[in-house]
Amino acid sequence: MTHAVFDALNPPPVADVHLDLESYDADADLMVLNLGPQHPSTHGVFRVKLVLDGEVIVKAVPYPGYLHRGVEKLLEKLTYAQQTPIVDKNDYLSPMINEQVLNMAFEAGLGIEVPRRARWLRTILAELQRLASHLVAIGTFVMDVGGSIGGGASMFMYTFRDRELILDLFEDLTGGRFHYNTHQVGGNRHDVPVGWDVSIRAACDQIERSLDEWDVMTVKNGVFRDRTIGVGVLSRDLALQLGASGPIMRASGIDLDLRRDAPYHLYDELDVQVATGTGGDCFTRYRLRAVECRESIRLIRILLEDVPEGPLCSLKPSKGPTAVKIKDGQWYVAVEGPRGEIGTYLIAGGNKGMSPYRLKIRPPSLHALATVPYLLPGHTLSDAVAILGSLDPIMGEVDR
Amino acid sequence: MTLEELLANAWVRGLVASVLVLTGILVVAAWATWVERRVAGRLQNRIGPNRVGWFGLLQPIADALKLLRKEVLVPDRADRGLFLLAPGLLLFFAMAAIAVVPWGPGLVAADLDIGLLWVLAMSGMMLVPTWIAGWSSNNKYSLVAGMRAAAQGISYEVPLLLSALVPVMLAGSFNLSDIAEAQARDGWYAIWPPGIGLAAFVIYFTTSLAEANRIPFDIPEAESELVAGVSTEYTGIAFGLFQMTEYIHTWLSSAVATLLFLGGWHGPFLGDSWWAGLIWMVLKTSVLFVSIMLLRWSLVRLRADQLMRFCWVWLVPISLGLVAATAIWIQVAQGGR
Repeated sequence: MTHAVFDALNPPPVADVHLDLESYDADADLMVLNLGPQHPSTHGVFRVKLVLDGEVIVKAVPYPGYLHRGVEKLLEKLTYAQQTPIVDKNDYLSPMINEQVLNMAFEAGLGIEVPRRARWLRTILAELQRLASHLVAIGTFVMDVGGSIGGGASMFMYTFRDRELILDLFEDLTGGRFHYNTHQVGGNRHDVPVGWDVSIRAACDQIERSLDEWDVMTVKNGVFRDRTIGVGVLSRDLALQLGASGPIMRASGIDLDLRRDAPYHLYDELDVQVATGTGGDCFTRYRLRAVECRESIRLIRILLEDVPEGPLCSLKPSKGPTAVKIKDGQWYVAVEGPRGEIGTYLIAGGNKGMSPYRLKIRPPSLHALATVPYLLPGHTLSDAVAILGSLDPIMGEVDR
Repeated sequence: MTLEELLANAWVRGLVASVLVLTGILVVAAWATWVERRVAGRLQNRIGPNRVGWFGLLQPIADALKLLRKEVLVPDRADRGLFLLAPGLLLFFAMAAIAVVPWGPGLVAADLDIGLLWVLAMSGMMLVPTWIAGWSSNNKYSLVAGMRAAAQGISYEVPLLLSALVPVMLAGSFNLSDIAEAQARDGWYAIWPPGIGLAAFVIYFTTSLAEANRIPFDIPEAESELVAGVSTEYTGIAFGLFQMTEYIHTWLSSAVATLLFLGGWHGPFLGDSWWAGLIWMVLKTSVLFVSIMLLRWSLVRLRADQLMRFCWVWLVPISLGLVAATAIWIQVAQGGR
């Protein structure tokens, strides 16, 4: 996020909130419960230490780090051309966007333009990936609220059925269903297969129909509303102070979307309608993701109307892993991922210009989890799981 | 000694009846898991178990064999005796409750005059082993689940008993067979008296869902927050007993609801023979049973405090009102007794 965009939000000064996370009154009748790292509803290996008074949470201390793989250090050793498949595994529900933001940073470092056809393809891949990621977010959130044997599991199955359609599209394009390695410095690697637009339209129609059905199961369902409305309210100020971004921030009433406010790819030609909510609770976050799914479908349909011709990559076919060399300098590139602002901060100049000196990835999930100690206290154990689900964290990118 | 003379002996008769009921209910519970998995599969756009045997019909046997062969692990710090006692005790109470349920005219293992009270008492007692399991596991998730189960069970006993009182008052008996027979005379209590009966049926059905720990009331086994609730630490067949008891309890709730409100074993066709009664009884129970499954796979779960509020703010006053309304109905419409 550029400074200008952020300053325009007029963020409040960072409050000097001292969260006393470790100590608690040992004499009180409290129970310490470690939620995770091996727990079915912590979306991987997240651990929260909860101090419970009965079932009500008094204190919540998050402990990320169980999935640390040293990705950023690894990226310092690999050459630029070798890095794309590594970042696929960071946010493993939106690898396309990981690849894009990484290669956009390299392209900024090289100062090269990406051909229009590649930018078109990247835009459509980003929107499809956002759709796929939001489907998982919706499904797993309802499963956290509703149980993995029960109505939540049904919803989970429905969303995964429709996500398969998008994975099929990616498989048609790249051959991979999960880890694609389709972006490269200067453009894209795989060209659009024949008949792809027909498949995309069919998938969009199906998902649009499903979104209407799911509303009956969730938004119009009294039990679901009881469980989510007013639960885990994140205030606007706190969202700004903690750096929450994406749907979590917009659900708290902050009207910011990098696709519209700092456009990249072809987004400056698209009229991105940014949805915001006012509740800041689990219900609003859920609704907002469903609305963003519809917006993504709308954008995909507009993109399919005009397919640009031309080359797919502005660089010549790579002669080897060391072909890309970036001169010393610093660049920060951020895009709007499904979970919020996902950024790459590149300091070039390592390994004779063939590798970054340092490459920092800004994961939106980490900043979403920063809200946990503020959101959980006062809620019950059941709500803790619902709140964690509504934040939609991906531990792969939190711990890296 | 002929077969009839042998059966006239109360001990032999009791033994035969109990063996038949136990075998029957275990078979029903085993294949209920298959039905549930197939129903859930259809509902969720998948297939469900269809590999073992014809349409996967041998899946329950495969599951039971797998569970029997697995080691029953007792956690290091668990209270070993109570830990192992709980699943058996749970199954015992479920079986004891089902013993007094008539499956047709005369098809009952123990025709108690206080049959309904016995059923409610035994299914109420199932709280105790659930709570024992929660506490003796020495696991915090199990403990929370056990406490939730105790609180929920005690609360939901009240509207359960009150709504079951409506057919008892109408039939003038606690005997389940008598209540079913009385509906041949009065019509289904779910329909008649108008409004009161239906409301009582809905409340009874809802609370029996809570008693059997089915969604949306399954907070004692809230696996998305409490891993697997009270059965977290159980393995092998001890875990299997929990699952089996859940199905027996659901089946029991459906059967009792059928007897109290849906006319028991009486149906429009097939006459009054015992086998016709059995068919009608199983059919009606199965309809309720499958509708419980459909509810389970399409609703999300309530929170513990919301569950309690729902019970004490809505169910208890309404069912109390229904009892009063039934008394007035008997006096006014039926001219007393």
